[in-house]
Order: sequence, then structure tokens, then C-alpha cells
Amino acid sequence: MTNLMSAAPARSLPEAVYAHDVPAERPWSRMLRHGQTLRIIDSEGQQAVDALLYCAADTAERYSAQDTARVQGSPYVGLGTELVSNEGRVMARITADSCGLHDTSAGCCSCESNAVRFGEATRFQHACRENFILELSKHGMTKRDIVSNLNFFMNVPIDPAGNFTVVDGISAPGNYVDITADMDVIFVISNCPQVNNPCNGFNPTPIRVEIFDPPVA
Amino acid sequence: MSGTKLEIAEANRRHYEELRAAGQGATLKALPKPTALDGAPVAPEAVIGREAVPPGWYAVVRLRRGEVLRIVDDSGTSSVALIGWRAEDMSERINCADTVKVQWSAALSKGRVILTDMGRVLLALIEDTGGAHDLLMGGSTAASSAAAYGAATRNTQDNFLAAAGKVGLGPRDIPPCVTFFAPVSVDANGRFVWNGERKRAGDFVELRAEMNLVLAVSNCPHPLDPARPAANGAITIVRQRMRPVPPGDPCRTASPEAARAFAFTDRLYA
Repeated sequence: MTNLMSAAPARSLPEAVYAHDVPAERPWSRMLRHGQTLRIIDSEGQQAVDALLYCAADTAERYSAQDTARVQGSPYVGLGTELVSNEGRVMARITADSCGLHDTSAGCCSCESNAVRFGEATRFQHACRENFILELSKHGMTKRDIVSNLNFFMNVPIDPAGNFTVVDGISAPGNYVDITADMDVIFVISNCPQVNNPCNGFNPTPIRVEIFDPPVA
Repeated sequence: MSGTKLEIAEANRRHYEELRAAGQGATLKALPKPTALDGAPVAPEAVIGREAVPPGWYAVVRLRRGEVLRIVDDSGTSSVALIGWRAEDMSERINCADTVKVQWSAALSKGRVILTDMGRVLLALIEDTGGAHDLLMGGSTAASSAAAYGAATRNTQDNFLAAAGKVGLGPRDIPPCVTFFAPVSVDANGRFVWNGERKRAGDFVELRAEMNLVLAVSNCPHPLDPARPAANGAITIVRQRMRPVPPGDPCRTASPEAARAFAFTDRLYA
């Protein structure tokens, strides 16, 4: 994974046109216009951010984890990764990354999968899919529209034998990832509430989102 | 973090490490050995239907809970992509991410299960000669086949759209797929690798339906398959009657996670 570990140097952008602190465990969504950049900041470190993208003009076109992995020949997401839709189009791309490790194979947590993974007692804990269902309802979408998502700042090594483990995140407080849109997209986030594995350091924390306009030509 | 929060976090970490140790080998029941190429013969009286799916094409298969589908890579050159939905509520469907995460492994083999997004078992992999399948990279598309072969060909994405359309579903209902007979792994540099030497003529899997199902099965070359021209073997699919589940069934008892997923599935049909 060394090729994906080379994080970009910090870069300065013009003043944000939008900024919001997403509380721990909460969802967020907003239209990201073609050319705009969304910066997701892991404010306190070791916080997984689950994300989905939908084409604003036709939400049946959406982010596809498998198409993204296929196009780049690797399951890991990092600087330069093109986020590809189920119709094969580039929806957005990673234009800066001060963390260096992101996942798109592990999906989001749900009450139902928590109960399978961690035992029946965890069924009634808040989960990313609950966030996604509620947030997508604002855009006329339902559980059917939830596909395998991006997990920013989530460290999920896959070894050559297939062993697949969520391990401690490497993101430090203030690490960020920039996503620049290649089309108008509805960007949906669940600030992951999971406390049963290390994706959030067993302690979910707030994140910050900022949106920047494209530089004036 | 306050003292109490820290204590909770530490307790959660201990629980996770116990589960990880169990899931990755410490107490994981040994998975069964692969089925021999000439093993597990199909009893003629068990066969409900048998069909060949030509290269590039697809089939829609309905299975009742307990029935078994055998998929055979007759030529040893095909890959078979599959998605599926629960018949009674088709918003419940295959979930490859949960399948990988819950079993702590992206390597599907005999004794493993394929899960739905609702924490239940879609299919149990009760026979498998090769144990080399893909849950991460997915099927071919018009663009991937054009890039590979210089011309757009029939492809898995279009096949899934057509299959979904014939059962009243649409593009929103197509989740990531599993591909059988697609020996894909991830190397130490994080790149996908095709392990073609693991494919043999006659490789098969047997999938036991753990719920009433609608499946879409696509016979198109996997996007990583280096064969040029494209592989063009037919596959055979054999639908078989329900058979008794043996005590200590390997899939049902492979791990605590699998046992819970079966318990939640049984509850649905109790």
C-alpha cells in the first residue's frame, strides 16, 4: 500500500463558501456543484466518515465502489482516486489527502449487521445506515438507494490471503481529504457512530465539512 | 475522554479483539476442504431444472428456501457474476461488504455464507471445488469490455439491468456483485491480481438458498481476466430440490457470526 500512503502536502484554498461542524454520530448532505471542492476534516482524529454520492440530475446514477476499485485496479482510496458511478462516469476525484488511507470495501454499519458481528445486544445502537436512510429521505431516496459506500479515514487492510480487518485509524486531528466534483452531485455523509470496532477509536467525534468554489480562471 | 467514556472504549476494544481472534482463526472452526472435481454428484431425482447459459448471457433463477443451485464452469474459462434479492421484499438483497466484513475475509470458499443487507443469510456455499472468487472488484461493463477487447461486448452490468427489469426492478436495485470462478486477490502493494492457475474445467459451486430468492446470474468474463480473445465458454446451472441440512452443517456452525446470521434468518421463516 506504500503507493497510497504518500499523503499530499497541506494546500491552501480560497475562503470556504460553506462550513459546518457535523456532530458525532450525525448525518449531513449537500449539493456539491461541478468544480466545487468538499473538504472533510477529521477534527479530532481516528473518525470514520461514511460517504455516498448521487448524480443530482438523476439519482439512479450513483457512486459505485466496485467500479471505482476496478478502474484504478486497487480497492483502496487515496490521492488521485476517481470516484466512478454505476454508469462508468467520474463523479468526483480525490484532489488532496493528508491522511493517506481510505476504504471502499467495508460498507457501512447497520443495526442488523452489528447484531450479526457483535451480538444481539448491539442491535439497538445507532448506526450509519440509520443516518443514511434519514438523510436520503430528504432527497426522495430510500434504503434501496444505499450502495456500498466510501469510508474516509477508515483503515481496512486486505491481505493477499483475503484477511479483512478494520484496524486502528491512522488519521491525526486535523487530517483532511478534498473531493472535487466532476458533475453536480448530492454528497451524503454519515459521521460514523460505531463503537464496536476501532474505526472511530471506540469514541465517535465531530468532523468538519467545508466547500470551496473552483478557482477563478 | 472522561474516565467513564475511556472505560467504555477500552471494554469495546477488548470485545473487538476477542471477536477478531475468533473470526480470524483462534476459534474459527476449520473450514471444510474444497469439494473434489468429481465429488458431490447430483442425484438425478433431485434435479428440478438444468440449463446452459451461453457466453455473454444471463439467467434469472428463482429458488425456494432450502433449494440448491449448482453453477458449473464447464470450460474452466468462464466467470459467473451473481446478485440476488429476497422474494418477499426485494429491498433486501445481497450485500458483499457485509459478507466480507462479518466473516473477516474477502476469500469466499466452501463453508462460508453470502449475506443480505439485513443481517441474514442469502446463500450458503455448501460445495466449492476452487475457492477462488471475487467480492471486491465486480463485473464487466460496456466501458470495461471496450477497453479490454477493443469493442463493447455483452457485459455483466447490462445483463443485471436486463435481469432486474424482467422482475420489476431497476438500476436502483443493483448492488455490488459476487463473481464465482474469478480468482482475484489483493497483493502487498494493494493491487488486484488475477490468479488464473486456480481455474479448472468443471469447477463448480453449490449454493443453498437460505431464503426465497430471485437471483440474476451473468456469464461474462471478469474484467481482470487476461484472456484475449474473451473467454467464451457456456456455463451450466442446475436447480435442485431441497435436501436435509446435516447436523453440524459447516456453514451454519463455521463461526459465531454465521450462527447468528442463520438464527436471524430462521426467525424470519419461523
